[in-house]
Amino acid sequence: MTSPPPQLRSQVIALYKNLLYMGRDYPKGYAYFRDRLKSVFLKNSGVKDPDQIKVLIGRGEFVIKELEALYMLRKYRALKHRYYEKDEATTSATTSSSDKKAPTKTQ
Amino acid sequence: KYIHIINKADMAASKGLKILVGCKRVIDYAVKVRVKPDRSGVVTEGVKHSMNPFDEIAVEEAVRMKEKKLAGEAVAISVGPPQSQETLRTALAMGIDRAIHVEIPLAQLEKLQPIHVSKLLAKVCESEKPDLVILGKQAIDDDCNQTGQMLAALLDWPQATFASKIEPSQDSKQLRVTREVDGGLETIDVSVPAVVTSDLRLNEPRYATLPNIMKAKKKPLAKMSPDQLGVDLQPRQEVISVEDPPVRKAGAKVESVEDLVGKLREKGLVK
Repeated sequence: MTSPPPQLRSQVIALYKNLLYMGRDYPKGYAYFRDRLKSVFLKNSGVKDPDQIKVLIGRGEFVIKELEALYMLRKYRALKHRYYEKDEATTSATTSSSDKKAPTKTQ
Repeated sequence: KYIHIINKADMAASKGLKILVGCKRVIDYAVKVRVKPDRSGVVTEGVKHSMNPFDEIAVEEAVRMKEKKLAGEAVAISVGPPQSQETLRTALAMGIDRAIHVEIPLAQLEKLQPIHVSKLLAKVCESEKPDLVILGKQAIDDDCNQTGQMLAALLDWPQATFASKIEPSQDSKQLRVTREVDGGLETIDVSVPAVVTSDLRLNEPRYATLPNIMKAKKKPLAKMSPDQLGVDLQPRQEVISVEDPPVRKAGAKVESVEDLVGKLREKGLVK
């Protein structure tokens, strides 16, 4: 089996760097995130099939989207809890959940 | 054909509002803040800092207005220490065109108040001439909720604070702003130039990913000093002490209504 094209390798490295950058805001701490990220990438480092690599990259990009959503929700909830009255929070929970739009994602 | 292209570019830049967005570098919202042992302030050394969440919402609104072609140019400004550049870089990564950093020397940083910041911003507005200034409604470290209002007063511009929606007015000559007030929502029309402060439900800010942060390094970032702007940073307030809020006394769980009434009687709250 031939080794995968070099572009895929640089894509994987870029994915790792992006995930590592996002780990700084992880609730359980950067060290926790980094250790798990490293072990997951290490576990899959033997994969040679380009299609399989693309699937794994896609999975990594999905995790990025999930982290973005997690961070946004956490921040919103924390601010709502700190700055708004409890009964206001319950009424706005019904209205804001109905008109909450999907966040625009940057490229 | 060449001249056509240049004219198109000029039009794209001159069309739409020019927005100035204020960002403040504060201790990250998720950090457990600790009071210094000498009670002079809170611990900031080695503590994670990030952009004030309400300012992120302001930045996001400016970028969205650009995407909707309501705005032509969005400029971010931050008044603070050298590390405020990182905050500005985040704003640039979210889609802001260029940034201005008004650098405050460390000695004067702790004594900086909204009155000084609003004076600095007013001076910058004189030269930048924005159509709209968007600020976060308040900073999560001092919770002053003053800078936007003071800035509007200094510039003698209309203000629309606690904005949860910004759109063109019916005749498109003004801005229609929906405000979150105690009674519910209030909708007002303001003429531009104006100052708007962002509330929590204005939008959901995008995350500044690493590729965008790297691209943002190419965007212009200008530095200014308070002396250049001719603003006096003499403090008007003195912090006497900073303390933890009183510890909540532990509550007691009761098994039955009789227990509850008994305990209330013990405390003399019920006869």
